[in-house]
Amino acid sequence: MLGIIGKKIGMSQIFRESGEAIPVSIIEAGPCQVIQVKTSKKDGYSAVQVGFGGKPDRLTNKPEMGHFKSAKVKPYRYLEEFRDFKVDYCKVGKKITVDLFKEGDSVKVTGISIGKGFQGVVKRYNFAGGPKTHGQSDRLRAGGSIGASAYPSRVIRGVKMPGRMGGKRITTRGLQVIKIDHKNNLLYIKGAIPGPRNGIVTIRRQES
Amino acid sequence: MDKLAAAVADQLRTDIPEFKAGDTVIVEVKIREGNKERIQRFQGIVIARKGGGVNETFTVRKISNGIGVERIFLLHSPNISRIDRISIGKVRRAKLYYLRKLKGKAARIKQDIR
Repeated sequence: MLGIIGKKIGMSQIFRESGEAIPVSIIEAGPCQVIQVKTSKKDGYSAVQVGFGGKPDRLTNKPEMGHFKSAKVKPYRYLEEFRDFKVDYCKVGKKITVDLFKEGDSVKVTGISIGKGFQGVVKRYNFAGGPKTHGQSDRLRAGGSIGASAYPSRVIRGVKMPGRMGGKRITTRGLQVIKIDHKNNLLYIKGAIPGPRNGIVTIRRQES
Repeated sequence: MDKLAAAVADQLRTDIPEFKAGDTVIVEVKIREGNKERIQRFQGIVIARKGGGVNETFTVRKISNGIGVERIFLLHSPNISRIDRISIGKVRRAKLYYLRKLKGKAARIKQDIR
């Protein structure tokens, strides 16, 4: 499914006619352009490479410039691939705008989540922590046991422990397009989407 | 105006009268019951205005049958059909949460006669 690349502007709310206030994430999406069409015959898989956000020539190195030249387009700052669908109707240079979606569409949004740094297991994996009272000390946010003793004499791989949280590529699925502003290239999507303000996200239609 | 505010600027209402904490207001709220729509009045003292832009809310407090009742309204909600300011209060702070601890005579607010 072809998608669109955008920049998260932030969250706000919108009123329905019935008076309900709906939380929305606002994304400035597109205009994007198809830069390359990959086919399974030539590239081993089929995909469409799409660019978003202009960038000056002086920031574009020569190999990149050659890539954009062969597509006869201006250099783009962000490139993204959308794969595994019929790419026949996508031509190099084709413009992609928010017209791709209509109000009420179900979409999935992919982005890099906000980096939270090194976090304990209570925040990172929603562990319950230990008891606060009954003679406990230093157990409030402890993770508990990480395994048995003599057997297996090691910690099983993948045990949930403290570490870096966030800053990962996350896809939020089943979100609903509430409103589309064609003039300003804005998408209003119900609920939260991954990433900070001004973060780059891709929006694809949810196949059901 | 930044992009976020501009994106929801069309949601703002322009017909809202000026009022602040300490003022006594009558808020007329549309209430939908099945297919019928009626208007409910809520009269009381504005004790706070919070937030900004489309997210702005205000809290109205009244004493109903001896029990304090507070209701929070979304300032820009289309459900609010009218806000009437019936008196202007003379207060020294923006949030009048101290009124919750007071009752009777002590919970009165001086009127600003202008």
